[in-house]
Amino acid sequence: MIPIAFDYEVAESVDHAIELLKENGDEAKLLAGGHSLLPIMKLRLATPTVLIDLGRIDDLNYVRDEGDHLAIGAMTRHCDMERDATLQEQCGLISYTASLVGDPQVRHRGTIGGSVSHGDAASDLPSALLALEANFVIKGSGGERTVAAGDFFEDYLQTTLAPDEVLTEIQVPKLNGAGWSYKKFNRRAQDWAVVGVAAVVERSNGSIGSARIGLTNMGSTPLRATAAESALSGADPSSVAEATSSADEGTSPSSDIAASSEYRRHLARVLSRRAVEEALSR
Amino acid sequence: MRRIQMTVDGRAHVAEVEPRLLLLHHLRENLGIGGVHTGCNTTSCGACTVHIDGESVKSCTVLAVQADGHEVTTVRGIMENGLWHPMQQAFHEAHGLQCGYCTPGMIMASISLLKENPDATEQEIREGLEGNLCRCTGYENIVKAVQLVQQHTNGQPA
Ligand SMILES: Cc1cc2nc3c(=O)[nH]c(=O)nc-3n(C[C@H](O)[C@H](O)[C@H](O)COP(=O)(O)OP(=O)(O)OC[C@H]3O[C@@H](n4cnc5c(N)ncnc54)[C@H](O)[C@@H]3O)c2cc1C
Ligand code: FES
Ligand code: FES
Repeated sequence: MIPIAFDYEVAESVDHAIELLKENGDEAKLLAGGHSLLPIMKLRLATPTVLIDLGRIDDLNYVRDEGDHLAIGAMTRHCDMERDATLQEQCGLISYTASLVGDPQVRHRGTIGGSVSHGDAASDLPSALLALEANFVIKGSGGERTVAAGDFFEDYLQTTLAPDEVLTEIQVPKLNGAGWSYKKFNRRAQDWAVVGVAAVVERSNGSIGSARIGLTNMGSTPLRATAAESALSGADPSSVAEATSSADEGTSPSSDIAASSEYRRHLARVLSRRAVEEALSR
Repeated sequence: MRRIQMTVDGRAHVAEVEPRLLLLHHLRENLGIGGVHTGCNTTSCGACTVHIDGESVKSCTVLAVQADGHEVTTVRGIMENGLWHPMQQAFHEAHGLQCGYCTPGMIMASISLLKENPDATEQEIREGLEGNLCRCTGYENIVKAVQLVQQHTNGQPA
């Protein structure tokens, strides 16, 4: 339960972090809240020889109103998002989902940047960010780029981030009138989601205008329930149950101690219905 | 080795530590604070809970170097003027402990909880302590202890 020995560097700024990443190559890892990285280092499933701590960069912890969207700094902690009044008002899906992560101690340390960069399909925020069609701002030695959430997650614990890149900001739309919901199914308090479903639903003249659904833990990456989304587009609110019966299409959930793959598919369908219904009521 | 400086229970401490040293081990082994308990060592049980800058954290999942420059409070440092902290008093009065193994972590998590949400409902207290496991009490008396502190704070007789 003790990590292998490593060197520890403090990044003074994002540019400094990028420099340190370049200097130290593949052996280096960024340290944010450490609540995904340190547990796997203690189990020696990860053995970086250099940790570059982002925790001293103050100007990466913020929520800003940027007019048409909200900008969230990568080092903003789950507890900060849970309490942030702007997020609560304009993008309640994020503050609510952040409040369901782990337990209070975990939320006092874990960050949105770490949650996204870790690329764990069982994490709650990534599927909410998919449903929101969020954008991620990434800075590296080649400059800055903005990547859509839908293009970010590539495979199990694998993202589009290059070894010398830092995720600096997450941009989410203001929800204005759109309804939202996150349904997390777990067996015990504090646990990770067996399955989670995020929904963002826009109404138009009594019908569903469009619906976007993000799935947690239904494959090697967070996923969109595209078949159910198409079925919901323009649909009457009374047909939600039928439309969400395809929510597990195109997914490949695993079987493990918490649930079989078939049960996860069942959960994805049921939770999608509940999420869309709740979103419509908001 | 890296030189770190932190305030622990109101006193400044300087130390040379390996970067991989966990805050938990720094507090227990270097500073001799046995009241910080090691339970699961996997971020699950909460027995190792301390405060960094007044917020609860699991010290088995924080590096000592991450706490450099910060203020750390353990259960040893919460007594006021030689008297138990109201949360300690309440755990005593409400029988919020049996074997006591989870208690330091429970008390630190409970203080942080009420600081953030002084009027927490029973449900919020239960959810706020979801990161702390107790194998003895069944939690009932722990929740009552936290409510006792709320009552005392609001000036109502218990
Ligand atoms: C007991 C426990 C329960 C949990 N329960 C849940 C849960 O229910 N739901 C959930 O979603 N999560 C859960 N988590 C995970 C938690 O949300 C983590 O905090 C989060 O996944 C990672 O954030 P972090 O800041 O701790 O990242 P770290 O652990 O510091 O980093 C994670 C990875 O991302 C990289 N990284 C970090 N920041 C950046 C950046 N800005 N740019 C590029 N790369 C970066 C790191 O190099 C590392 O590889 C739980 C964790 C624990 C310990
Ligand atoms: S010892 Fe830290 S959470 Fe159990
Ligand atoms: S009192 Fe024994 S574990 Fe809580």
